[in-house]
Amino acid sequence: MSSNELGINIKSTYKFILSELKPKSKIITHFNVIAFIIIAIGAVLIVLRFVKGLGAVTNLSQEYPWGIWIGFDVITGVAFAGGAYSLCFIVYILGDKKYKPIIRVTVLNGFLAYVFYAGALLLDLGKPWNVINPIIGNSFGVSSVMFLVAWHFMLYMLTELVEISPAFAEWLGWRKVRKYLHGLTLGAVILGITLSTLHQSGLGALFLMAKNKIHPLWYSEFIPILFFVSSIFAGLSMVIVEGSISHKVFKNRMSDEVSKSHNSILFGLAKICAVVLYVYLFLKLLLFIHGEHWVHLNSQMGVLWLVEMIGFVALPCVIFTQAFRYRNELWVKIGGIITMLGIILNRLNVSVIAFKWYAADRYFPSWMEIEITLAIIFLEILVLRWIIHRMPILSDSPVWVKNEKH
Amino acid sequence: MERRTFVKTLGAIGLSTLPTITKGAESKSSPGEEFNAILIDTTLCTGCRTCEEVCLEANGMQEFEMNDSDLEKERDTSTDQLTLINLYENEENEIYVKKQCMHCSQPACASACLTKAMLKTKEGPVIWREDKCMGCRFCMLSCPFDVPKFEYHSANPKIVKCTMCFERQQKGGLPACVENCPSEAIIFGKRTELLTEAKRRIAESPDDYVNHIYGEHEAGGTCVLYLSSVPFEEINFRTNLGNDAYPELTTGFLYSVPLVIILWPPFLLAMRNAMKGKVNNAEEVENE
Repeated sequence: MSSNELGINIKSTYKFILSELKPKSKIITHFNVIAFIIIAIGAVLIVLRFVKGLGAVTNLSQEYPWGIWIGFDVITGVAFAGGAYSLCFIVYILGDKKYKPIIRVTVLNGFLAYVFYAGALLLDLGKPWNVINPIIGNSFGVSSVMFLVAWHFMLYMLTELVEISPAFAEWLGWRKVRKYLHGLTLGAVILGITLSTLHQSGLGALFLMAKNKIHPLWYSEFIPILFFVSSIFAGLSMVIVEGSISHKVFKNRMSDEVSKSHNSILFGLAKICAVVLYVYLFLKLLLFIHGEHWVHLNSQMGVLWLVEMIGFVALPCVIFTQAFRYRNELWVKIGGIITMLGIILNRLNVSVIAFKWYAADRYFPSWMEIEITLAIIFLEILVLRWIIHRMPILSDSPVWVKNEKH
Repeated sequence: MERRTFVKTLGAIGLSTLPTITKGAESKSSPGEEFNAILIDTTLCTGCRTCEEVCLEANGMQEFEMNDSDLEKERDTSTDQLTLINLYENEENEIYVKKQCMHCSQPACASACLTKAMLKTKEGPVIWREDKCMGCRFCMLSCPFDVPKFEYHSANPKIVKCTMCFERQQKGGLPACVENCPSEAIIFGKRTELLTEAKRRIAESPDDYVNHIYGEHEAGGTCVLYLSSVPFEEINFRTNLGNDAYPELTTGFLYSVPLVIILWPPFLLAMRNAMKGKVNNAEEVENE
């Protein structure tokens, strides 16, 4: 197919993209200055990391091969990105149109989360240039959970790109391309849900062989299922919190449809979160009783477990339920924030805090590890903002899209 | 349209299954009958630390001056030392224990490795291949003995561990520590032969040994076997590992992967069709 057949004029597209690259609002704002400083420091530290090795910037050790770059950036970041597949399931499989207005922004968020947080994995690899080895096929370690996770990350990023691509085509005015990409959506959604089921649980399965290294209150052969179930409310809470922030920040980019549906979406999500949290709480209790874990409660780790279970699972459960019953928007948001904190706590517990709880030298991240993590988060927010300001993510699609409908 | 999408989805799924169909745990055949192995008899070890010296030399590593004070506290192998001797004292005697990679019959590290950089050779030693490794350190997380070590202060880091002198074995030689041990506390042979020998020693002098060969069953069996005069927990061996091979901890999950890949998509499509009658707006959703 030539570019003409697809209705693409390369010259004008090029000019258009150049014009879009220019900033659309004030450059010097508080947020931008902070973001610039953090990203600049992060960039310097990343150079240091590659010149001097991981030990120069991280507190990783022989005892703790994985720190917050894995435990927070990848494991927690991907759980938060679970909103995309959960919402796709609700909208495209269950056919609940109510959530349709926020599907694009959620998928975009998910896609960027994978690009940046799974991308952060490259910083953590000792030999990132060998990252192609499991892909090009000169050495498939098919018995490795990591192999599955790596492939699924890659394939899932592709499906999310396909899902969000009609928005890119609308932005560029590529009508034929948009039609074609739009036709791929359902296939991408189904493949995406399948891949997500497997790699959300796969992230948990990574810890299965660390059997004696993770405190028994967190280790279980059912970690994969717990990770999968919790990724649903982790992702949807992210949608609640992020949606409430966008509601303020991107007000001028928001279509009437998105604006008006905001409240009913919040309450719908609160209900789903509450139900899944109850399921999760039930699973956790079942494992607790079945494993006869009460002997572990009377210790520091036992207290931490209770804090996680009561403060960050049971409590948001109740908050979401009540907020839904009394239609209280503020409490839905509070529930969302507590649930997110709970997910951070849970993922860090499994990967860092309850990991080798017996060790003499415990791992605590260096300021540089935290700095680089912040730099990645800010970079993602800047890209997200750039896209939302230009493309029909929260705003309506261009008129020609509506006209093309039959 | 519906059918086309379905076929497309199936095609995509078919492709994605290819790399994920799994064989489960590595080398499930016999539990290493023909593997080369090492038997370490801690009752014979005098703590001369010759093995430490020759190991550094054989692996081309930086040599250092050894002091008796090294033995005052328990040490772990490191990126600078692949094997070492620890001293454990009780009222009656001093027990010297050599430490290195256990060369599991079904190693967690090798099954964890997504590039097969960590490899269980058919001869028995577990080796690491630099050109394959991504440096993800999943092997370190998975190893029940915490053996693999990583060079955190290198721009081109290696995973470092004992290879049972695989290259020397390939040339018909013995592992350096075995060849140079003056008190024959370390012997080399086929795993089954060494197990027989270990049992013979226990049977001949039951007063000198506890009736346990560490490594016969631990973590599914290892190619480094130990004899001891005291229970193994007293010389700080990990006795809580169980007798199942570590890769088996992930087989359940890995077996469910192809099932989910095959069953999930048609199930989702069916559910979508079923919901169409119920929520009357699925059609609109698709057309938007």
